[in-house]
Amino acid sequence: MREKQIDKLKDYKYGFTTDIENIRAPKGLNKEVIEFISKAKKEPKWMLDWRMKAFERLKNLKEPNWQKPKYPKIDYQDIYYYSAPKSTSEKPKNIDELDPKLLETYKKLGIPLQEQQRLNGIAVDAVFDSVSVATTFKDKLNEVGVIFCSISEAIQKHPELVKKYIGSVIPLTDHYFATLNSAVFTDGSFVYIPPGVRCPMELSTYFRINASQTGQFERTLIIADKGSYVSYLEGCTAPMRDENQLHAANVELIALDDAEIKYSTVQNWYPGDEDGKGGIYNFVTKRGLCKGINSKISWTQVETGSAITWKYPSCILQGDNSIGEFYSIAITNNHQKADTGTKMIHLGKNTKSKIISKGISAGFSDMTYRGLVDISSKAKNSTNYTQCDSLLMGNKCGAHTVPYIKNKNPESNIAHEATTSKISEEQLHYCQQRGLNPEEAVGLIVNGFCKEVLQQLPMEFAVEAQKLVGISLEGSVG
Amino acid sequence: MEEQLKIDFEKLLEKSNFSKKNVEIKRKNFNNFIEKGFPNKREENWKFSDLNQIISKNIKNLSFYNDLSKPNKIDQSTFIAGLEHNKLIFVNGRIEKIEFDYEEKNNIEILDDLVLEKPNNANNSLLFLNNAFVSKFFKLIVKKNYSLKKPLVIYNITNKDLVSKSINLKFDILLEENSSLKLIEFSNDKSTTNFININYNFDVQKNSILKNYKIDNNSNSNIKYYFNNISQDTNSVSEIFLLSSGSEFIKNEINCNLNGKYSSAFVNGVFLLNGSKHHEIKTNINHLVENTKSYQLIKSVLEDESKAVYQGKIFVDSKAQKTDGYQLSKAILLNDNTEFNAKPELEIYADDVKCSHGSSSGSLNEDSIFYLMSRGLNYKEAKKLLINGFLLDVVEKITDSEIKNLIKNIMSLKQ
Repeated sequence: MREKQIDKLKDYKYGFTTDIENIRAPKGLNKEVIEFISKAKKEPKWMLDWRMKAFERLKNLKEPNWQKPKYPKIDYQDIYYYSAPKSTSEKPKNIDELDPKLLETYKKLGIPLQEQQRLNGIAVDAVFDSVSVATTFKDKLNEVGVIFCSISEAIQKHPELVKKYIGSVIPLTDHYFATLNSAVFTDGSFVYIPPGVRCPMELSTYFRINASQTGQFERTLIIADKGSYVSYLEGCTAPMRDENQLHAANVELIALDDAEIKYSTVQNWYPGDEDGKGGIYNFVTKRGLCKGINSKISWTQVETGSAITWKYPSCILQGDNSIGEFYSIAITNNHQKADTGTKMIHLGKNTKSKIISKGISAGFSDMTYRGLVDISSKAKNSTNYTQCDSLLMGNKCGAHTVPYIKNKNPESNIAHEATTSKISEEQLHYCQQRGLNPEEAVGLIVNGFCKEVLQQLPMEFAVEAQKLVGISLEGSVG
Repeated sequence: MEEQLKIDFEKLLEKSNFSKKNVEIKRKNFNNFIEKGFPNKREENWKFSDLNQIISKNIKNLSFYNDLSKPNKIDQSTFIAGLEHNKLIFVNGRIEKIEFDYEEKNNIEILDDLVLEKPNNANNSLLFLNNAFVSKFFKLIVKKNYSLKKPLVIYNITNKDLVSKSINLKFDILLEENSSLKLIEFSNDKSTTNFININYNFDVQKNSILKNYKIDNNSNSNIKYYFNNISQDTNSVSEIFLLSSGSEFIKNEINCNLNGKYSSAFVNGVFLLNGSKHHEIKTNINHLVENTKSYQLIKSVLEDESKAVYQGKIFVDSKAQKTDGYQLSKAILLNDNTEFNAKPELEIYADDVKCSHGSSSGSLNEDSIFYLMSRGLNYKEAKKLLINGFLLDVVEKITDSEIKNLIKNIMSLKQ
């Protein structure tokens, strides 16, 4: 039995759990739980009112059901909406005061939390279950005026910024999961880059779901003020559990005049075992608003984990001359399912968007690219280019493309291309002839297939992502 | 509307003598339609064209009963000139003439007293409506090893007498082994604001060839829905060409099942729209066995406030290895208020396939116009020449040269 478990661990190296005492809100979704969360976070009244408004609306909302991967009904009363490591209820002042067990966990995850790893040069905000645990490199960021902290802290310390921007991209009146998040969100990151500042380092968040039967509902808000630049990385893992866990986060990006936000995700939630048991339901709402002129938002994602991935990082190109980009690699293996893509909504003049999506499905998995390009009648002289390629391995899996293309403007151009193929025998033969084993050969070919997207990732992430691509496809050849 | 439907339905049953079995089936279909109603944009299939809204906006007091007892006059001038052809003539939804002068009579059979079958697309409320209200349902059988010598033209003529009616027609066409048929469906409408709902069922058996050309070119204010279901056996070919231009609203839905190896389907279409016209083509090509092929090419030229929609889907079953599927849609938007929506969809469960789609939309290329103008053409001529070339590309795909020339003439395209 034990051996079997160890074997399993090999497959998903983040599958360990950490025994840390948790403080939990009572199970279920009701007014009291929301009040509990708000109280635990010492939130001002306006925040609680805001949550309540979302909760009121949620009562009349239905879960969407148009997605390709179907899942058993989620019992929203059977989830813990708040779970915090006990030792952080009094937030430590510096990193040495953190629970050593927590540090151990992050070490296993390979997150450079410790000061000595400063060389890595990435400022990290780590979210464990529902609470933000530590933020590194505070001083250095303070020097240039960058605010990088947990959203709970921001609500207390920078209420004017939060109040102004929260819900401005994903409003309270959005779809079911986004509204659910608005009601019960527990923590997440907050970033504010002041005008004209180029953030001196990559900012990064790691999310981890540790406790069982918990959902993770984080909320991230990034504001790039006029002429600023920030690159933000997000990574996710979770322990292996038999039950399905829900992850419904909201991410809002706002780019003002001439600002640029680059948001990269390496998503490696636990995908469930080989028979499709367990795993995370990743139902995330990510949306960026190019509010100012000449602003730019770029999403890069590497999706290898989760039992079901269902998300569409989107760009609303409101400012004239704004640019939206979306680069995605999605890999599904075994019984994983993904329905992912993007939305590019062109409102301003001379707006540009580019979509590059690479989907790879193996085993019994199912992958769907679903995207929307909408050019409104006012978005004169806009262009969009979309390319989505799928790679199939075996005939038990599926790869689908469902683009929605709407053009209301004669001065705009839209081009869309999609292909579906498999790895050719010739390519495999060529690689094997030169001494690679079949798995290495597939890894090489797949990496080549994904190259356009991998190039968009920051250096440190690119290496990790490349390895991840290889690991995710292990055992799919043969 | 529900009241009107009930009254009209009872009236239809009273005035016609349907067999007991058919009455039973009709009632079932009628109840299904009452339950579902006209499709609206909440249905994925009707996302870009809300039929319920279109009907209530364009048609006042729609009635569903149409008196077919008196014959209508056939206006000879509507016939296609310069092409020898067989005729099936419908005027205001009533069959007026069946004429197969060029064919061997024993190799063709036409049946018109048939038992209705369950609609094969159980979610489509318009098929329920069709089955409930269709008065005569025709079946054409082309016998084994017989190829029709001349094309068959089905004329759908409506005249001024027809106002705000719902017309439902249904055809089954069976091509037995090694047979072939060229079918032109020609609409000529002088009527106003009717809802015309036509359902075709094609069964194309082994080694048979179906060529189907649908021409709707006369400007009129009718709302039309065509559902074409095609099932193809081994080594069969189907070729469809759509000229979608005249009516206020048309949705052409094509569902093609490639059931036999080496079967292939070609769908080519042209949207040529102006005014407030709104047309849609929706295709479902299902590759169900190995070595099948499909090809789709749709081009649109949109003027004024017109709107075109193309929803194309290629489905590849896990058994259907070596599938070759291709889909391309291109649109030129000429005015500020035009709109082009596309949803080119791939659903693929087999790995050894070659499937791709492309879609583009935009304005005429200014560089090309400049090139032509620098060679002495004025702006209008240059524009016309470019559009001519753009559309010719699709028309050239027609494999029958006689019909190709006919369609070129109708569209006034120059070589």
